[in-house]
Amino acid sequence: MQLKPFRLTLLGLSLLIPFALGAVVLFLLIFSWQAIGFNGLGFVSRVIWNLGDLYDDPVTTRGVLVPAGANYGILVFIAGTLLSSAFAILIAVPLSVGAAIFLAEIVPHKIRPALSMLVELVAVVPSVVFGLWGIAVLVPFIGTVLGPAISKYLGFIPFLAGGDSGGGYGLLAASVVLALMITPIIATTLLDALLQVPKENRESAFALGATHFEVVSKAMMPMVRTTLVGGIVLALGRALGETMAVLMVSGGGLNILPHSIFSPISTIASFIVSQLDSAEGDPTNMAVRSLAEIALVLFIITLLTNAGAKILTSGGFHVRKPKQ
Amino acid sequence: MSVSLSSSTPRPGRSAQEIRRIIFGRIGWVACGLALACVILPLLDIVWVVAYNGVSAFSPKLFTTSTPPAGVGLWNAIEGTAVISLVAMVLAVPVGVGAGIYLSEYGNNRLANTIRFLSDVLTGTPSIVLGYFSYIVLVGGLGWGLATPAGAVTVSILIVPYLARITELALRQVPLAMREAGFALGATEPTVVFKIVLPTAASGVLTGALLALAISVGETAPLIYTAGFSSYPLDLTHPVHSILHSQIGYLTYVIWSFIEQPDAASHALAFAAAFLVMLFVLAINIGVRLSIKRN
Repeated sequence: MQLKPFRLTLLGLSLLIPFALGAVVLFLLIFSWQAIGFNGLGFVSRVIWNLGDLYDDPVTTRGVLVPAGANYGILVFIAGTLLSSAFAILIAVPLSVGAAIFLAEIVPHKIRPALSMLVELVAVVPSVVFGLWGIAVLVPFIGTVLGPAISKYLGFIPFLAGGDSGGGYGLLAASVVLALMITPIIATTLLDALLQVPKENRESAFALGATHFEVVSKAMMPMVRTTLVGGIVLALGRALGETMAVLMVSGGGLNILPHSIFSPISTIASFIVSQLDSAEGDPTNMAVRSLAEIALVLFIITLLTNAGAKILTSGGFHVRKPKQ
Repeated sequence: MSVSLSSSTPRPGRSAQEIRRIIFGRIGWVACGLALACVILPLLDIVWVVAYNGVSAFSPKLFTTSTPPAGVGLWNAIEGTAVISLVAMVLAVPVGVGAGIYLSEYGNNRLANTIRFLSDVLTGTPSIVLGYFSYIVLVGGLGWGLATPAGAVTVSILIVPYLARITELALRQVPLAMREAGFALGATEPTVVFKIVLPTAASGVLTGALLALAISVGETAPLIYTAGFSSYPLDLTHPVHSILHSQIGYLTYVIWSFIEQPDAASHALAFAAAFLVMLFVLAINIGVRLSIKRN
């Protein structure tokens, strides 16, 4: 076979991408190996994250040297991650479905590009700017208006109590910011799919006497359902790994599971940023290794989510053919 | 909505069921319109709040002095963001564009599909995971310390998949006939790629590079534990040493850390930094979208 140096050079450059990904996974695994052995499976089910006594002599526990009393559990952060992302999806799905339908059906052709560009631009605002807006606008609003109102009128529902006592930082603020950040992902995916629905399907529904809204909700939406779910899972993947905005508005809850939408929380991603400073104080390095294990857990969660989105949206053409 | 067929009486005008369907539709449209407003209005509010507070914090000193305690401005952060982003682009563009060329020109095989898939996986990896990887491997393991190289390498890992994907899409737009014409004239593969395909798709590749630049300017999480932070600008008497070995400031860090301070002056700096970052990111994204539309 003829050797082609040009192709080989380009191939070498492209292989750097899988190489980088492999290096990330491999080194996180190697670095956290001791922590994985020390923490065991209980890592994901223990509530308390305790660095132990960093100033006393380390003790040997389960074969490795760790600070006395060290206990690493991340259930609180897993709960924070899953809850904030789940609430974000709950808020974002109706908003983005409504926005996409309105853009596809009602907005005149001439201003649709401008409005859909505005929706897309929401996605490019840096995470930290969302966090800043959250601190400046959203958190005070939740703390003084929304929180007390929800607790006053809906406080009898267990998970909605306690809004009048906090400052606004917490699960709700994190979920709302996340919802804003992922809305454009779902909305643009759905809008593209709605615009691809064949004219014949719309016209047949109209010919049967359906109102315009029924055409959309009963003839068009079922055709794009798979795409919509794919977009939602993609958005979920983004929400699970979001760091800065959540870190800034979530209140940084530790060692206690959230018991209301106003509870302070930490997500896996935000916890890594907020704890590295303290973890560096551990002379045995076990805290830094456990944080690497957390990063690995986050990587696996987002990988599975994104793979799910990939499977749902694969096939190129995003509109499902109606069943015969 | 369940359709009831019980109303068999002759209908003068519209039946109650028809009216119900029409009202239901009206309510649906109003809800959809409100949903769109709920998506767009927060963006406008973000732009307004950041621009209003940011512009009120503007003064000449913002661009001539550095962040407290060194001064009362943002010079170190502006300089640092520029340095980190430029170094990251210098590292990422050859790799990303090269990978894009390979995937577009020679990428109809299983290996290329695997690279595409893993590239998507890398795109979906949370940036903090990449940042933590760099912290343990580059900063600690290789002993680079908190400085520009570790930060820029992390950002470049983050943007290479975007560059590769957008380059591939842009090159695939170039008609096959143009390549065939080149080969028919006896051109070699590098000649066809560099003299025919890349120039034709230049605007698409440039678009990708600009979007990647916008991403790198707006990132925070992967830099905190790789680039560190410094309230002082680079030491221009030893620029190379300074870039390689000293911690460096950047705008997104100022936004995150200064808004948490109790005093109004720090808040003003955070908003000014946010305004600069947002202006840059939005300008690139709006410009790119408008120029795509015009072509």
